[in-house]
Amino acid sequence: MAPSSASPDPAAPRRTWLAVLVWLWVGLPFAYGLYELVLKATQLFTD
Amino acid sequence: MRSPQVPNGGLLSRSRTVAPAGWSRWLVPPAALSVHLSIGQAYAWSVFKPPLEKALGLSGTESALPFQLAIVMLGLSAAFGGTLVERKGPRWAMAVSLLCFASGFLLSALGAATEQFWLIVLGYGFVGGIGLGIGYISPVSTLIKWFPDRAGLATGIAIMGFGGGALIASPWSSRMLESFGADSGGIATAFLVHGLAYAVFMALGVLLVRVPADGWRPAGWTPPTEERAMVSTAQVSARNALRTPQFWCLWVVLCMNVTAGIGILEKAAPMIGDFFADTSTPVSVSAAAGFVALLSLTNMGGRLVWSATSDAIGRKNMYRVYLGVGALLYLLIATTGGSSKPVFVLSALGILSFYGGGFSTAPAYLKDLFGTYQVGAIHGRLLTAWSTAGVLGPLIVNRVADSQEAAGRSGPGLYSLSLFIMMGLLVVGFVAGECIRPVHPRFHEPAAEGGTADAPAGSENGTEVPDGSQQRLA
Repeated sequence: MAPSSASPDPAAPRRTWLAVLVWLWVGLPFAYGLYELVLKATQLFTD
Repeated sequence: MRSPQVPNGGLLSRSRTVAPAGWSRWLVPPAALSVHLSIGQAYAWSVFKPPLEKALGLSGTESALPFQLAIVMLGLSAAFGGTLVERKGPRWAMAVSLLCFASGFLLSALGAATEQFWLIVLGYGFVGGIGLGIGYISPVSTLIKWFPDRAGLATGIAIMGFGGGALIASPWSSRMLESFGADSGGIATAFLVHGLAYAVFMALGVLLVRVPADGWRPAGWTPPTEERAMVSTAQVSARNALRTPQFWCLWVVLCMNVTAGIGILEKAAPMIGDFFADTSTPVSVSAAAGFVALLSLTNMGGRLVWSATSDAIGRKNMYRVYLGVGALLYLLIATTGGSSKPVFVLSALGILSFYGGGFSTAPAYLKDLFGTYQVGAIHGRLLTAWSTAGVLGPLIVNRVADSQEAAGRSGPGLYSLSLFIMMGLLVVGFVAGECIRPVHPRFHEPAAEGGTADAPAGSENGTEVPDGSQQRLA
C-alpha cells in the first residue's frame, strides 16, 4: 500500500469546528486548574 | 496458509477507529488529554482524606489505602494489560478506562453513603486503579504513530495531562465538599458527581480517538533513510523487549529519576521551612504551600517542554540532562541551598521539571529503541519502575529524615543525608543510561511480507498466537 499523508484532500471535510470544540473541551478545565495553581504559587512571593 | 478473517467487533474495535482521509492528527491529543486529565485526579485524593477520616472514623494510614491500592493497580494493569491494549486498540482501552474509573467513583459513593469503607477501597482503589493503568497507556502508541516526527512532543502533551488532572480536581473537589458537606452523605454525593462528570468528560476521548491508516505519514515527512545511532527502524515485541538489557537499563533510569524527584516532592513544604527557619527571612506556611504549587507547575511544564526538546537533541542526551544536571542541582542544594533562597527554589524547580520530563520522554525513548510495534505494551511494563519508586522514594526520605531528627539535627542538617542519597541515585541512573545501546538485531521482529518497517507482522490487523508472536491475518 502506498503511504498516505496528511496533505490536504479537497474531498475531505474540514473539521476546524471540531478541532476548536475538542481543544476547548480539554483546554478550559485545564486553564481553570492552572489559574488556581498560579494563585497558590504566588503566595511564595507575597508572604 | 490464509488465516480466517476476524470479525469487525463493533464500535470499539481497532478497525472501526482507522482515521478517514484528511483527519487532522491534532484531533488526537485532545482525545488523549480527556483521559489523562481525568485519571490524573488520583493525585488529588488527599482532598478526600480529612473528611473521610472524620466521617468514618479512619486513621491517616487507613484513609490513604484507596489511593495506594489505586497506584498499585495502575502499575499492575499497565504492565499486564499492555499487550491487550495494543491488540484491542485505543478506543477499547479508553472505554475500559472510562468504565473502571467512573464505576470506581460510583462504588465509592455507595460505600460513603452506607459508611462501608471497604467499598471505597474496592471501588476507588481496585476498580478505579485498573482504569488508571489502562487509561495511562491507552493513547501512547497511537500518539507515537500519528507523530513519528515529534514523538516526544506528542507523548509530552498526554503525560502532562496526567499531571494537570490533579490541578483541576484539587480545587474542584474541595469546592464540591464545601457545597455538599463533609459528612458521609456529602462525600457520597461528591463521589457520585465525580463519577458521572468524568464519564462524560472521558467519553470525548473514546469517540474522538483514531488510529492512522496503514502507511500514513505526516505531510512532507519521510522516514529517515539513514539509521541514526539511537533511533531504530526495526520493531521489537513486548515479550522480546523484556529480554534486552536496554529495557532494564531504562527501567533503572526511570526508577532512579522518579525516586530522586519524590525525594523533593515528599518533603517540599517542611524542607523549605526548615532550611530557612533560622534566617532573617523565614518561610511562612502559606509561602511553603506556594512553593509546593510552583513545584507542581514545573513538574507539569517539564513533561511538555523537556519531552519536546528530546525530539531535537535526542533521548539519550535528554536523560543525561535529567540525571547529570539533576545530580548537580541536588549537590547545589546540599552545599549552598541553606544560604540562598533563590538557589534553593530554582534548584528544586529544576529537579522537579526533570522528574516530570523523565516520565514523558520514556515512551518516545522506547519507540526509538523498540519501534512502534508494541510500544504501548512495553511502556506499560516500564511503569513498574514508577510503582517501585513510589514505594522506594518516600521510604528513603522519611526514614532518613526521622533518623536525623532522632540524632538531634535541625535545619538543613535534617536533609543533608537524604540529598546526597538522592544525588547518588541519580548518578546510578546516569550510569545505567550510558549503558543503553541500540537493540541487538536478534530481538527484532522479522519484516512482514510486503510490509513496511513501520508495520511488521503488526497488531493492526493481527492476532496474537500462543507463543506470543504476532501473525498478520490475510
